[in-house]
Amino acid sequence: MVKVRIIPCLDVKDGRVVKGINFIDLVDAGDPVEQAKHYSENGADEICFLDISASLEKRNTMVQVVEKTANEVFIPLTVGGGISSIDNIHSLLKAGADKTSINSAAINNPEIVKKASEYFGNQCIVVAVDAKKMNNDWYVFSHGGTKNTGLLALEWIEKVQKFGAGEILLTSMDKDGTKSGFDLELLKAVSNILEIPLIASGGVGSLKHFYEGVNTGKANALLAASVFHFNEISIKEVKEYLFNKNIEIRL
Amino acid sequence: MLQITVVDYGSGNVLSAQKSFIKVANDNNLSVKVLISKDLNEIKNSSHVVLPGQGAFSTCMSGLNNTPGLVEALYEFAIIKQKPFLGICVGMQMLAKDSEENGFHKGLGWIDGHIKALPKKDLKLPHMGWNIVSPTNKNKLVTMSQDYYFVHSYYFECQKKENILAESLYGINFTSIVGKENIYGVQFHPEKSSSQGLKLLKNFLI
Repeated sequence: MVKVRIIPCLDVKDGRVVKGINFIDLVDAGDPVEQAKHYSENGADEICFLDISASLEKRNTMVQVVEKTANEVFIPLTVGGGISSIDNIHSLLKAGADKTSINSAAINNPEIVKKASEYFGNQCIVVAVDAKKMNNDWYVFSHGGTKNTGLLALEWIEKVQKFGAGEILLTSMDKDGTKSGFDLELLKAVSNILEIPLIASGGVGSLKHFYEGVNTGKANALLAASVFHFNEISIKEVKEYLFNKNIEIRL
Repeated sequence: MLQITVVDYGSGNVLSAQKSFIKVANDNNLSVKVLISKDLNEIKNSSHVVLPGQGAFSTCMSGLNNTPGLVEALYEFAIIKQKPFLGICVGMQMLAKDSEENGFHKGLGWIDGHIKALPKKDLKLPHMGWNIVSPTNKNKLVTMSQDYYFVHSYYFECQKKENILAESLYGINFTSIVGKENIYGVQFHPEKSSSQGLKLLKNFLI
């Protein structure tokens, strides 16, 4: 059967990795290509780049980063952050990205999900959703989780699924950065309504959290950033831990 | 010198296929030229042809059919001259007679079989991620069971057992590698399947 995927996510600003320590085998820890290669060689099932550049101009450097990465990394690459148009998606896919993750652009104009999945196939369109609990409901937040869109997360996710999203990348804004584990209730609720794969993100701090994300949250893939970048947990450790708990995993 | 042509008909991540073959060539000291092209002469002069494919079956078939002479050139290469040919993902599916994806659409019909929807059951679709490919017949691409990266919602229902080279499990057992003499098709993405994927591409080349 298909394996649970472990996905390290790299924050890239103006073409450079902004978080993370220097792994022993890296010449330049700030180079996203080297980081991606390192993770690929150490068992990552996919790589995710999140572009946090402030300006549009700087964001164009991402296309070059993707091109260079595709020369050396032979596992799937997802690129997200600041994607605002079909043209953006096209240039990233053309440069060698396998999937693009869209967030605000979908909120501003849901039709982009429909168009993009028709043009490029739904397998390359990931919709990223930042959810936060307020008054017993989860709402979709935008602008890095600072602005409440007023959209109910579950309704929104059903809508983008219907519009042709290939996967949902779900981040709990309540849990993100806390290292207290995934928001399992949120994951369960979303997993229940999804016919497409679910990538869980936000809050992972220990090996047990990864297991809960799959076992209780029913996520199909687990994305994490800081625990990997600061070498607190290695991908290999996660995979061996899950394997010993009888989760289908690629060792 | 080998010449590999990745067929460029407006579909798929042709760049990844090209780059993975370049990587294989560099790692194995092979003298290889890897083209992304739909030029009929380049296809004719190739030692190996790779047909990628992403998105809907009908879109991919139209892409092939809309380039004058392309299907004929591929036929001459793979069927008449019997030179090594590899279809990837929808490129594999197009080897079948037809597909039920969004209606009924004719394929190339080089290998007996039909493209059908994966049963839904309780499983997420597309079937996305790493899954085991187990050889069922002796073949040059894979010799042992290993994980490869899949992204698809339809599968190749193969009519002849001898054309099934490997199977995988997702709700049902389905054919993950088809083969008929010099023609191969893989449902998964070797160009995205890390070292074992590159190994498969190398096995295709030599």
